[in-house]
Amino acid sequence: MSTIIALAGNPNSGKTTVFNALTGSRQHVGNWPGVTVDKKEGIYTKDTSLTVLDLPGTYSLNPFSAEEIITRTYIVEEKPACVIDVLDGTSLERNLYLALQILETGVPTVLAINMMDEVREKGESIDFKRLEAELGVAVVPLEARKGKGLDELMREVRHTISTNRRPKKLPLYTLSGSVDEDTLADRRYSFITSLVEQVVARSGKESGAVQENRSDKLDKILTHRVFALPVFALVMYVLFAATFSESFLFIPGLSSPGVALATLVEFLWGTFTEFIASGLLSLGAADWAYSLVVDGVLEGLGAIVGFLPLILVLYLLMSFLEDSGYMARVAFVMDRIFRRFGLSGRSFIPLLMGFGCSVPAIMATRTLDSEKDRRITTLLCGFMPCGAKLPIFIMFVSLFFAEGNKTVVLFFVYMLSLAVSILVSLVINRIAYKGQVSNFLMELPQYRLPTLRSVWIHGYEKVKGFVQKAGTVILAATILIWALSNFSLSSFTAEHRAEEGTILSAMDDSLLASVGKAIAPVFKPLGFGAWRPTVGIATGWVAKEMVVVTLAQLYSEDVSEEYLQEYFSSMDADELNELGFGEGVYDSDLAFGIYTESILMEGSDTNALSSIHADIPNKGAALAYMAFNLLCMPCFAAVGAMKRELKSWKRTTGAIAIQMGTAYVVALLINLLGSLVW
Amino acid sequence: MTLGELRPGERARVLSIGTQGAMRQRILDMGITPKVEIQLIKVAPLGDPLDLSLRGYNLSLRRHDAALIEVEKL
Repeated sequence: MSTIIALAGNPNSGKTTVFNALTGSRQHVGNWPGVTVDKKEGIYTKDTSLTVLDLPGTYSLNPFSAEEIITRTYIVEEKPACVIDVLDGTSLERNLYLALQILETGVPTVLAINMMDEVREKGESIDFKRLEAELGVAVVPLEARKGKGLDELMREVRHTISTNRRPKKLPLYTLSGSVDEDTLADRRYSFITSLVEQVVARSGKESGAVQENRSDKLDKILTHRVFALPVFALVMYVLFAATFSESFLFIPGLSSPGVALATLVEFLWGTFTEFIASGLLSLGAADWAYSLVVDGVLEGLGAIVGFLPLILVLYLLMSFLEDSGYMARVAFVMDRIFRRFGLSGRSFIPLLMGFGCSVPAIMATRTLDSEKDRRITTLLCGFMPCGAKLPIFIMFVSLFFAEGNKTVVLFFVYMLSLAVSILVSLVINRIAYKGQVSNFLMELPQYRLPTLRSVWIHGYEKVKGFVQKAGTVILAATILIWALSNFSLSSFTAEHRAEEGTILSAMDDSLLASVGKAIAPVFKPLGFGAWRPTVGIATGWVAKEMVVVTLAQLYSEDVSEEYLQEYFSSMDADELNELGFGEGVYDSDLAFGIYTESILMEGSDTNALSSIHADIPNKGAALAYMAFNLLCMPCFAAVGAMKRELKSWKRTTGAIAIQMGTAYVVALLINLLGSLVW
Repeated sequence: MTLGELRPGERARVLSIGTQGAMRQRILDMGITPKVEIQLIKVAPLGDPLDLSLRGYNLSLRRHDAALIEVEKL
């Protein structure tokens, strides 16, 4: 069995940098049972008999947060061979507090004083020998970012293990029998204050005087009374635009890194799909096998692959902000607003990302401080009007609302999503968390330029985690919807095969249609209780823009070959070419795909799908349908991400139930109000 | 006076902490203990929370919590 060394330390102490440096890429990320906290393990690169366990970053061992309970329980009960406590040398006083608590447990410990370069820059020096003598454990200087001191650290760790060196009993706890935590905290800090006075020497400058460094100067601008908000808006714009924008930095046609990468991946995936598809055709595969592979498996895998560039780019930027210390300032700036909804300022970033795509947004909730905030924000991300929901809204706006109202209706949808999020957050806070206020006591760490290596590791870990944890959910669900929409109960009967020459069924004859017909009455009160809109909602779970495609397939009489031919006949060759008809020549094989992607999703044909008006009779019902698609369960990819963050199916289905319930109630209200107005 | 009444740039010494429960423990853990010196660096752009400097680092605290901490101005 390998020897386990646990890594402990304050957040921002450079603990993760030490972990990455010791274990390289040989890491395994899991989670602690029952909580949304990562459990990272890795094997020490220079001695594979040593396993390094990265404990959550904490300021103390008092059991109030999930992180502290994990750390405390692990150190006290699992008794690792040695604990490495990483301390930020620039704020030694506060970092020593956790160190004392760890030493109190009596577990073999080595203290690693990190950020020594910054300590020297501050004009300070630390007497390690003295510190070692006072505490009775090995103390090692470290510059983890540059990899300096790691070998000495591990040498001391091995020495501590082999000699079973344990920290000495410190005088402050032996004074009296039982003391409460309150007095203990005071005593620890008094002890630390006198200890620091003995071991830290400040050269040149008057001791005690706070002197302004680069970080303080930067902070003066970044959290300035007047400039903070504009700078903040700019940073958020760049973060959002670099991931999702199709006219990056306001230059029309310039793709942002995220979009460019996504386009490339989609192109490669498309080529691959075509290759497989033509291969299957030439092998003479049965049509159901062809459809299973192309429309089921490859479509599902494509949904997973397609999200990777967005997650990667967003995560590289996010970990840059996190590691640089700016993320804490985001919380600092936004706290006042989000506190009112029972959240803290940090929820701002995931929710903002939700406007682009819920998948990276949900994964971004991992950076939130409290379990409660992580869970509520994950749920709320599903309410955001993501990029894939936009085509639904645009199509319905053009079908049901006069051109002039377009912006107003879209604005209404965005406002609705915000209002619902606020309301749901308040209600959940009140009911599930008894109005418990998010503790907000946050370190504003020094600004530091993150290392490329750590930013890359974060991004890579996120992508890997998404594929591992969410991949199976997405694939399985996509194949399920494929099966439901391509088979009917009679599919396998001899008559069916004789009649149709295939076991596949048309969409309007499928199991999904049967289910849709059975469920449709549920939506009667919402104004769209017909089976075709119902089926549209279900295929939207594969990917939200599928709602548009499905409706086009189901109202096939409105998208007949004649209709398409007539619709496109008004266009000249240039326009046709631009839409994707090669050399500007109309091609009936391509017409349906181009019509749904470029006309319906853009809302260009106001006369489209005329029979839909029988199923969705008025503006109120149309708005209700839009609202339902906005608020109900997000796509399977997002559900996979939710499962990853919420850790259990119970909580995930609970969250989905809340989303469905909210969607139903809101759509019902809209339809009722709509019937009064229109 | 309380910590919440300081103006940016002013320094004070903590006298007592009126907060109760888990938040009290957390405040103590973060180093706000009796006799410690704290400087109010600045206030967030929307008027809350506060940016404090103590024990060689910066800590952000909401006004509501700062109002429960008794200090004497230095």
